Amino acid sequence: MELYELTLHEMQALLHKKEASAQELVQSVCGRINAVEDKVKAFLTLDQEGALAQAQQWDARGEFSGLAGIPYGLKDIICSRGIRTTCASKILENFVPFYDATVAARLKGAGGVLMGKLNMDEFAMGSSTEQSAFFPTRNPWDLERVPGGSSGGSAAAVAAGEVPFALGTDTGGSIRQPASFCGVVGIKPTYGRVSRYGVVAYASSLDQVGVLGREVRDCALVLNIIAGQDPLDSTCVEVEKPDFTSYLNQDIKGLKIAYPREYFQEGIDKGIKEIVKKALLKYEELGAIIEEVSLPHSEYALPAYYLVATAEASANLARFDGVRYGLRDLEAENVIQMFSATRAAGFGDDVKMRIMLGTYALSSGYYDAYYLKALKVRRLIKNDFDQVFQDFDLIVSPTTPTPAFKIGEQVGDPLTLYMNDILTVPINMAGLPGMSIPCGFLNGLPVGMQLVGKAFDEGTLIRAAYAFENNTDYHKVKPDLGVM
Amino acid sequence: MSSGFETVIGLEVHVELKTRSKIFCSCSNEFGAEPNTNVCPICSGFPGMLPVLNRQVVEYAIKAGLALNCEIADSCKFDRKNYFYPDLPKAYQISQYDLPICKKGYLDIEADGGKKRIGITRAHLEEDAGKLVHQGSITSTPFSLVDLNRSGVPLLEIVSEPDLRNSGEARAYMEKLRSLLLFAGVSDCKMEEGSLRCDANVSVRPCGEEKLGTRAEIKNLNSFKAMEKAIDYEVRRQIEAIEDGEEIVQETRTWEEDRQITRSMRSKEEAHDYRYFPEPDLTPLRISRDWVNQVMESMPEMPEEARERLMDEYGLSAYDAGLLTLTPDTLAFFDECTRYYKDGKIISNWMMGEMSKLLNQKNMDIAQCQIEPVKLAHMLKLIDKGSISGKMAKEIFEIMFATGQAAEEIIKEKGMEQISDTATLEKIIQEVIDRNPGVVEDYRNGKKKATGFLVGQVMQATKGQANPALVNQILAQKLN
Repeated sequence: MELYELTLHEMQALLHKKEASAQELVQSVCGRINAVEDKVKAFLTLDQEGALAQAQQWDARGEFSGLAGIPYGLKDIICSRGIRTTCASKILENFVPFYDATVAARLKGAGGVLMGKLNMDEFAMGSSTEQSAFFPTRNPWDLERVPGGSSGGSAAAVAAGEVPFALGTDTGGSIRQPASFCGVVGIKPTYGRVSRYGVVAYASSLDQVGVLGREVRDCALVLNIIAGQDPLDSTCVEVEKPDFTSYLNQDIKGLKIAYPREYFQEGIDKGIKEIVKKALLKYEELGAIIEEVSLPHSEYALPAYYLVATAEASANLARFDGVRYGLRDLEAENVIQMFSATRAAGFGDDVKMRIMLGTYALSSGYYDAYYLKALKVRRLIKNDFDQVFQDFDLIVSPTTPTPAFKIGEQVGDPLTLYMNDILTVPINMAGLPGMSIPCGFLNGLPVGMQLVGKAFDEGTLIRAAYAFENNTDYHKVKPDLGVM
Repeated sequence: MSSGFETVIGLEVHVELKTRSKIFCSCSNEFGAEPNTNVCPICSGFPGMLPVLNRQVVEYAIKAGLALNCEIADSCKFDRKNYFYPDLPKAYQISQYDLPICKKGYLDIEADGGKKRIGITRAHLEEDAGKLVHQGSITSTPFSLVDLNRSGVPLLEIVSEPDLRNSGEARAYMEKLRSLLLFAGVSDCKMEEGSLRCDANVSVRPCGEEKLGTRAEIKNLNSFKAMEKAIDYEVRRQIEAIEDGEEIVQETRTWEEDRQITRSMRSKEEAHDYRYFPEPDLTPLRISRDWVNQVMESMPEMPEEARERLMDEYGLSAYDAGLLTLTPDTLAFFDECTRYYKDGKIISNWMMGEMSKLLNQKNMDIAQCQIEPVKLAHMLKLIDKGSISGKMAKEIFEIMFATGQAAEEIIKEKGMEQISDTATLEKIIQEVIDRNPGVVEDYRNGKKKATGFLVGQVMQATKGQANPALVNQILAQKLN
């Protein structure tokens, strides 16, 4: 077994016991990246030299705790000091932040070794990573297929063994859906659990940073480091932060699990439904109580999401005007022309479409009918969840309606593409924690199961996810990339 | 108002709050620094940056609200106001749209018919934008530079009800507003530095008409004088237009100082759609009663209370007390002076008279005045003791004003002490009498005015330093 194949907690143990050096570990990871990156194309920017230098420093110091010496990757929407952060957009192609996002600073502070920045759909808008302005990332399970998105680079890199874990962001499913497509674990914490400072905003009231890893324990370990109040983010609230790894050894006897009938309806692949229902039986077998419930307003979540998210995006992306950083059109004759030419050249089609949708939804005369109504729907969706959580500890559903689709298959068909998020979007609208864990395979492609918990109860998610993982082997199956 | 029209004016005032740091980041809020030195990724709108509300800004807004008799909201929120401009780094301004921090206040002004109450609709918090620096005029400049020092400076926008009826009332409102904000200690209210800015909404309607006329919003009013002139011009323009049968259109106009006219900038149709929506990066702002009460207790004496006090304690007229309480600096000078000299009326006379004359001549502010209150008090005591005459005091005061020296020092330097020694004066007076037998004769024959000439001679002989009261007294003794 090569070092890069180990999980995060296995790597930690090895380094702490000095059975391997950080340099050996990082070299192994570099070797893996060099071997498979041509096929997977997960990274937008690699910093192998920087990573090796850091590993050397850790070895010189000789003391290992926390994430010291552990390689990882960051979705390229998370600002990293001195390393280009593009959001997979032409408009930020050469943008090098002189500050770290809080999550990046926390991982750095814990000793983590940043390998590079991971591909994504431009500004996190998309579900396939095909909307990266640079190149699409491929699914390690089938290079003809998408890894999902928008955190597709993060999920693919973890699945391909290029990094033991990566951070992603999730606005409508952007961690859970690619985790599901790539057969890895992905957790989107409660809105307000993790700081958004330094994370380029798509939809501020929905965005949340989370972890993609190969096992539940790894996600809990990283969540311990990145979660918690941040004075630089007013929406990152002061709530007690438990040790998330303390939930790893609890059994789930008596745990009350709901499965919403709306999440098993038409439009969801039959095979996926069967796999998730089988997983529910597994839970029952492990002592959980399983019951069907209804989340009646979830069917309105997708259209409401596309109003709220695009409205916020239209304002969030307005700062990319060519004045202070990023791309600037130099031929324009006046400032208004400069704004339009810069933005016309810098943004991709889907980003432009979302900006236009959001601008329209906020326009005078339409605000009440669109944006305000969407906020009301959002409240109703949240009420549905609150209702269910009065009697249940957890909600379980498929993560996606289908397994990974082929590259190019859904290009130019935004409505089909948007349906990918139908099961994940309601969770962002309600601000709840959600997780996707591997629960089976359909025609050789991984299938994910979504777990949803009460606000700030990531603990129960981790507990249930761990129980399932401990009693199944899906997480142990690895894609064959045809290299040694 | 001429020709049977009534003017209706409402003012929108932007005031910069002089907190230590900016509203959403920790950059210094100091004015006049080198361009782009008080900036950080947050106030320059870098990717991923988030606003964090400065508590002191909220406190200052509460103070201002209390000074303006406003209701302070228990809960309010921030909104994004979207528009593109190179000096607006995020391309949206964080402001308050439908839930301002302060509302329903008022202030009282002195108008023609006595006291008049002007309603304040609301006061809301927002961030200022940066500014553009052009080479020459905006139309001819080959390029423009952006200075973001001002970006994120806290602003309170105070909107009045349309209660003002002429430019004089508008000025009185601005002066009163300025005074209240200065006393509350929330802003330095310097129009020339832009920390106090004003837009005027002006309309006219036939006398007796209830419905408001169509209004024009006048911008670029950079001084009280400009505001008065712009309003007067605009009122004339609107009345003339109506009389010529034209329709007034709702629009934004700008005051052109050099041409002394208002010119149309954009019509209602061209107005921006700001697409306000709640700022998702900030949580709603809750303001507890306890907090408001704490701020209330920390409020300094406001001008109206101070005015009452000056009238009660020193018997000053309402007018004088009003002038002394126009700015906190003036009041502080007066109060400090009364610690060393008890007669407030005399202090007031000197401050209103000589001091204000010299300050105006030099176009200076009382804070820049070289005379310290204690020095004025000592000079006044010298007058009382008879060491100097009132006339000499004025001369000494001018030197004090120019050099900051104490009166005693000037007197010693210039040998200006008043002669109040009876023996010395008797000798001088005797000489004058001896030199002017004719005049003495006239006096004794009933021409009482002749003493004037003799006093003049004594003053000439003493270079004006003789104590005039003593001279009169001795002269009377000798002549009778």
